[in-house]
Amino acid sequence: MAMQLGDQGARGEQLSEGAVAAPLAAMSGGTPERGAATRSEERTAYIFLAPWFAGFIFFLLIPLGWAVWLSFTDEQLFRSGQFVGFENYARAFTDDPSFYKALQVTLTWIVIAVPLFLISGLLVALLLNQKVRGMGFFRTVLYVPAVLSGVAIAVLWFTLLNSDLGAVNQFLRSIGIEDPPNWFQDPDVALWGVAIMGLWGVGTNAIIYLAGLQNIPPDLYEAAGMDGAGPWQKFRHITLPMLSPTMFFLFIGELTAALVIIGPVIVISGAGGAAGPADSLLFYMLLLYRRGFVEGQMGYAAALAWILTVIGLLLVWVTFKLEKRFVFYQA
Amino acid sequence: MHVVFVYICLLALTAFIVLPLGWMVTAALKPDNVPVFTFPPEWFPTEYFNFGTFVDALTQPNEPYGRYALNSLLLASLNIIGAVLSNSLIAFAFARLNFRGKDVLFAIVLATMLLPAPVLLIPQFLLFFNIGWYGTVDGFPAGYLPLIVPAFTGNPFFIFLLRQYMRTIPKDLDEAARIDGASNWTIYWRIILPLSVPALVVVGVFTFLGVWNDFFGPLLYLDDANWFTVPLALAREVTTVGTEWNIVMAATLVAMLPPLIVYAFSQNKLMGGIASVGIRG
Repeated sequence: MAMQLGDQGARGEQLSEGAVAAPLAAMSGGTPERGAATRSEERTAYIFLAPWFAGFIFFLLIPLGWAVWLSFTDEQLFRSGQFVGFENYARAFTDDPSFYKALQVTLTWIVIAVPLFLISGLLVALLLNQKVRGMGFFRTVLYVPAVLSGVAIAVLWFTLLNSDLGAVNQFLRSIGIEDPPNWFQDPDVALWGVAIMGLWGVGTNAIIYLAGLQNIPPDLYEAAGMDGAGPWQKFRHITLPMLSPTMFFLFIGELTAALVIIGPVIVISGAGGAAGPADSLLFYMLLLYRRGFVEGQMGYAAALAWILTVIGLLLVWVTFKLEKRFVFYQA
Repeated sequence: MHVVFVYICLLALTAFIVLPLGWMVTAALKPDNVPVFTFPPEWFPTEYFNFGTFVDALTQPNEPYGRYALNSLLLASLNIIGAVLSNSLIAFAFARLNFRGKDVLFAIVLATMLLPAPVLLIPQFLLFFNIGWYGTVDGFPAGYLPLIVPAFTGNPFFIFLLRQYMRTIPKDLDEAARIDGASNWTIYWRIILPLSVPALVVVGVFTFLGVWNDFFGPLLYLDDANWFTVPLALAREVTTVGTEWNIVMAATLVAMLPPLIVYAFSQNKLMGGIASVGIRG
């Protein structure tokens, strides 16, 4: 073992040109000699990594560079584009009324969805952390929606939330609520319909919180109990600080998921890219889909994607700035 | 008293998860001439048990969900093969081999998780579209290639998961095999791969769920209904006029059942696999 490490250090300078040629040489069948064990190991490593290199170059690096170029062209689906400078970016901010509507819908959604899913997940996790019989069953059931097809969930909930005939409103009427919400027919309530659909998947966050809860050392609670702390004080001064790293992780996840939400809406809207009554469900990614894939304006859609990315980076940057104030890391 | 309160909350929560599924099953088990929407709603099947609705949903000539399910299964199988092979190869190199630039490359692998998906959407589509990996060409579903080939190039999350797992396998095994003259390929195929099965199951299950439930990929690349997947067909059917809701609910159940079965069988391994990665890593 020690010898091998020594070999490696000596080999560092010796082989500076070999990296590219190595995989080819190894493929043509050079037999490994005992003395060159690490060299053949290095060749093997690069061959093992070949699939990743291929994917990295063709499916990530080239598309990423192309995405920058495209956003400065008027590329269409069936016609290659000309360089147009910042025209696409200017158009988004000055000449596409749907752009501001999409921003407004998406930011409203973030304000609704992020706190709702973070808090509901925590409450459910606290419940699932209770020591009562049969808890394994409840945990299993609660996680079920997390494995199901998003389209199937959307179809089911759009049916359940149908304002005239849907089971939810029929149930509300049967318990005496005369005038239940019109859900996806009412522009003021449509986003809340999507939120209820999202709440059905509360188990995903709850399971992650639960892992965090179970990592809190029990003696912290015992010590606090001996000092006379009540349940609320224990929650406020032990549970919340100890969970804050988990919460931070989930916050970033929910934030980025809310920014790029499209799934449930595109299901009802169909491939045509409609967006609910009065465009009340015109999420940013739906606008991007509509401009790019329905109308074929690939250059403009690429610019929209970069604008969204910059907004996302800004939000994540602000979150990390706030991390020091709100997140407690154990020494 | 405390226990009673906990159980009330748990039951309310369970009802919120289970009742929608119950309503769906009830609707799917109704024959064609019975109204699906009732007042008050029926949350559990009591009167009708018409399994013929499922037969109809699977075999009806205009929307054959049996065929769509086979399409989805084909895509899922090929993706699982690709994901297991590529990610284990890549993870083996990072976990068991020494080479220059290893740490930098691994950092790059992890960094690719942060690449913004919306930005890649347009150029990736144009790339595949321009090389003919789109729709159907002479009866061959060329649009399947963008849905399969990327799985053979690894996925950063799976690479990380498998590398963490492989690092826990004792190095003595490799050394002993090497003294017996085994090549790295033999060590990978005969020793590390069989010992990594618990982590590979996690990779397989996540891949299956991802592919079976994927909607956006098939939406972009498939244009011929013969090659549609279950979610794509389902989304199309609900937006057409004159939908029969008992059939749609049966089809929705068809879309949900395979993930449910996989979840039921892999739940322990799934949680165990994730936990072991978390603890040992």
